[in-house]
Amino acid sequence: MDLIRLKNVEKKYSNGVTAIYNLSLAIEKGSFTFVIGGSGSGKSTLIKMLYREEKPTKGQIIVGGLNVAKLRDRKVYKLRRKLGIVFQDYRLLPKQTVYENVAFALEVIGAPHDEIRKKVLVALEDVGLKNKIHNYPDQLSGGEQQRVAIARAIVNDPKLLLCDEPTGNLDPEKSMEIMKVLEDINKRRGTTIIMATHDKAIVDRMKKQVITLKDGRLVNFKMKGTYNDEAI
Amino acid sequence: MKPFRMLGRSIRDAFKSVIRNFSLSLASISCITITLVIVAIAIITSFNVESFTKEIERDLTIVVFLENDTTEEEAAELKKSFEDMPNVDSIEFESKQQVKEQMQQESDVFNTVLSEWSDEESPLRDTYKLKVKDATKISKDAKEIKEFDNVSSVSYGEGMVDRMISAFESIEKITYIVVIALVLVTVFLIINTIKLTISARSREISIMRLVGASNITIKLPFIIEGMILGAIGSIVPILFTTYGYIAFYNHFDGHLYSEVIRLVTPYPFIYQSALIVLIIGIIVGMIGSAGAVRRYLKV
Repeated sequence: MDLIRLKNVEKKYSNGVTAIYNLSLAIEKGSFTFVIGGSGSGKSTLIKMLYREEKPTKGQIIVGGLNVAKLRDRKVYKLRRKLGIVFQDYRLLPKQTVYENVAFALEVIGAPHDEIRKKVLVALEDVGLKNKIHNYPDQLSGGEQQRVAIARAIVNDPKLLLCDEPTGNLDPEKSMEIMKVLEDINKRRGTTIIMATHDKAIVDRMKKQVITLKDGRLVNFKMKGTYNDEAI
Repeated sequence: MKPFRMLGRSIRDAFKSVIRNFSLSLASISCITITLVIVAIAIITSFNVESFTKEIERDLTIVVFLENDTTEEEAAELKKSFEDMPNVDSIEFESKQQVKEQMQQESDVFNTVLSEWSDEESPLRDTYKLKVKDATKISKDAKEIKEFDNVSSVSYGEGMVDRMISAFESIEKITYIVVIALVLVTVFLIINTIKLTISARSREISIMRLVGASNITIKLPFIIEGMILGAIGSIVPILFTTYGYIAFYNHFDGHLYSEVIRLVTPYPFIYQSALIVLIIGIIVGMIGSAGAVRRYLKV
């Protein structure tokens, strides 16, 4: 079953730049997909449209049954509760502990206290940070901070995890740690993962679905793909 | 209970924010304090003015002097036409004998002078004393009555009453204008305070949006923060109202200048005023923060 379906999607920014041209694709539930492409290929725009940070100018985007393209600003939170998002720059709250950072995601949607505690501990265990729950972000390495961000993204059991260059700030070794965590989440929780990256080593090693974008157009969609330099 | 949990969280966040940005909060709080002190004075003044305007109005009487040769039938007819006037509240007849007796009792000088006159010579007249419902129409009524048959003259404390009423009215208008101007300044200051707390928490807000907090969840802490600023700002004005008014009341022994201008008794008046001040403070705070949220929090 498809979790995400895009039909003839076009995104033109108000400054006249077109980031995505006529993109149609479907992503299956439980899959792990890389979105690759050079700078300006539109991969970030694609991710942003999936969590409705940007609206497509044309076409249809369905995420988990929600018509994202037509979602009103007031209703965006309904979509956001169904998915988790991880960024290159972690986006943690510096004055809150690891535990509080992860719990924050549940607190602001009004989850009960007991449920928050249970889910936060499970999520932190899944990313291997259960021993650091009382640390503050600046006491952690970059890789650990990204794992906190992942824990926060999955704490609400989302169907979909969107990652925008999650390893962009990390060295190859830490990057592979993050990939292991993500693969583990994909397998054990069945979370669909879409990850935008330009890290060739990771894509080649993971052997997952690969969507290749070039200048806003889909040039390749392979099941067990590798990073194809020529296509980019 | 989800709504209560969210409300609790918002209140906690709001208090944290007030403390975290204390120097800024203090500016708003002092502005609210000044505004509310003046609002409190305005409330106290207008309640008192209203109270003694009513008092004076209740005592306002049109005295109608009848012609000397008015017969009893004519007097009764006159009474009927007074009863037909919509603004007349009560009618009281005083014959010249009654007036004479009253005056004789008042002083010895009157007593000796009046006892020398016989009934025919007496300058005194039979009178009707009319109480009116609405004091603002008193001069119109007096003019009308003067045209009636058998009425020699009419008196109602003319100019003094009119002047007093219009003076009170202009005092009230001026206080309203001052209060409105101050409220506007305060709202503006609160908007700025909340704007800065919003920018200080922009990272938190963006994360809240990402993880699916609803708009109301994001906005509520800021609106509550404004209400807290308003409530804190009303503490001094409330103390001022309660203790200040009691002291004022005791100092003047409950009336100003003469017994006519009686002050409103402090209890329960001060509690009502304090409550009004608190509510105004909270509402002004809320309006300011709602304005800031609408303008600077794009959700």
